[in-house]
Amino acid sequence: MTVPLHFYAITELAPLIAAGHVSSVDLTKACLAEIEAHNDALRAFITVTAEEALAQARERDAEVAAGRCRGPLHGIPVSLKDLIDQRGVPTTAASHVRDGHIAAGDAPVTATLREAGAVFVGKTNLHEFAFGTTSDETAYGAVRNPHDQTRSPGGSSGGSAVAILTGMSVASIGTDTGGSVRIPAAACGAVGLKPTHGELSADGVVPLSRSLDHVGPLARSVADAWLLYLVMRGTPPSAGASWAEARRVNGLRLGVLRPYIHDILDEEVRGRFAESLAWLRQAGAKTVDVAIPHAGDTAPIYSFTSLPEAAAYHATAVADHPERYTPNVRLRIEMGRYVLAEDYARAQRGREVLRAEVDRALANVDALVLPTLPIPAPPIGAATVEVAGKTESVRNMMLRLTQLFNVTGHPAISIPCGSTSDGLPCGFQIVGRRHDTEALLAVAAACEPRVVA
Amino acid sequence: MMTTEDWLAWASADADRRALPELKPLLAGLAGAMRALRDADWNEDASRDLREGDAPAGDAPAGGADSAGARS
Repeated sequence: MTVPLHFYAITELAPLIAAGHVSSVDLTKACLAEIEAHNDALRAFITVTAEEALAQARERDAEVAAGRCRGPLHGIPVSLKDLIDQRGVPTTAASHVRDGHIAAGDAPVTATLREAGAVFVGKTNLHEFAFGTTSDETAYGAVRNPHDQTRSPGGSSGGSAVAILTGMSVASIGTDTGGSVRIPAAACGAVGLKPTHGELSADGVVPLSRSLDHVGPLARSVADAWLLYLVMRGTPPSAGASWAEARRVNGLRLGVLRPYIHDILDEEVRGRFAESLAWLRQAGAKTVDVAIPHAGDTAPIYSFTSLPEAAAYHATAVADHPERYTPNVRLRIEMGRYVLAEDYARAQRGREVLRAEVDRALANVDALVLPTLPIPAPPIGAATVEVAGKTESVRNMMLRLTQLFNVTGHPAISIPCGSTSDGLPCGFQIVGRRHDTEALLAVAAACEPRVVA
Repeated sequence: MMTTEDWLAWASADADRRALPELKPLLAGLAGAMRALRDADWNEDASRDLREGDAPAGDAPAGGADSAGARS
């Protein structure tokens, strides 16, 4: 069966567009047709910018005809999580709080993508204000997982993961405060990258928790995520240049985080992770067990950082218009208003401790590896889930294995590593050294062909 | 200092005052996280530092703050 062009990776499309063999207009029309056909059911997009996208695509095709190619992103249909400003388009944050908003300009990451030739097809749905992990509390209807429409696609960048999985866009840009790029990537079977904290500008992006917020790409391959990262960082590769130099798996040293991390895992998730490690070892990777001694303190440190930072941003809006928030998001914001300054300060001390412990765990290995999610995608609206015979909070489970690296700022990526017997994807998370996201990407590119089932 | 119990009583009363009773179970959960945060062994603690001999002899407060309860 032939794979339609709009399901190709950017690495495959770029040379075809540059050579004039594929037109951006055709590619964009194909994505828009998928949105038209499936968005009512999946609710991946809040705003579709069809006319603007087609105008951009025509301009990109005209440039190619005139002998100008801006680079590998030239003419590629991309979507933006609806927290990220695109000039002239609403940034809703999936909330009625922002009804009537129109962005006056592009966020810096949007501007760099535009300059690199990306075509913007629309703004994707999310958990309201990114304050959740399931994308079902949104003013625009719960996002549905294409693998099983009764299931959540994860969140908060749920619409972005659905968009690239269903051909509605070739890539998407999300944000990650506790795992909001990696969680939906894992739940839907995509690649999701959270770079080192602060590497990509979060200006022009509606904040959740400033000190934890990261901008990052969701894509169909590590190489595509790498390209989007380079473009947004302001160092785009030129057309025809190679940017995804994978490490050799043979000799790769991987630190396997076990204590705390493996304490609560769905058995099928545990199985896919173990199989992935076995394949990597078979290919020559060396694995060694490592620990983060205070990993068990991550959740309170995260809560006592994110809640008050979110409450500070929302203080006036939630006081003036509480009814415009979805009920649970409003309550989370209200919780943050009660956090004491001394506990916020304790949490910041805890972040220093965890950051040093993750640094130490990385000292003698190339990367750390762990599952991205301890459970497969949960049913839409579920508050609890059964894991290994115990009832656990869905929110706690979804954040459990990702939030640590928001707390510490280390770069982390999720790549697909097979599915459960119900066909629900599992994610393999790889964590690298701070300020060396490209080294992490090189490790991920090496692991990708080994663990993707 | 405001203990976890004092904080929860204060926050719950304020939630009632603001007609937000549905907030109280969440505040109770947050109180549990607060206990864990305050009990973590990496916390810096002036009274503990004094007990451990960083200050001149005789300056440490009688009894110190030696229990999780004092920090809860």
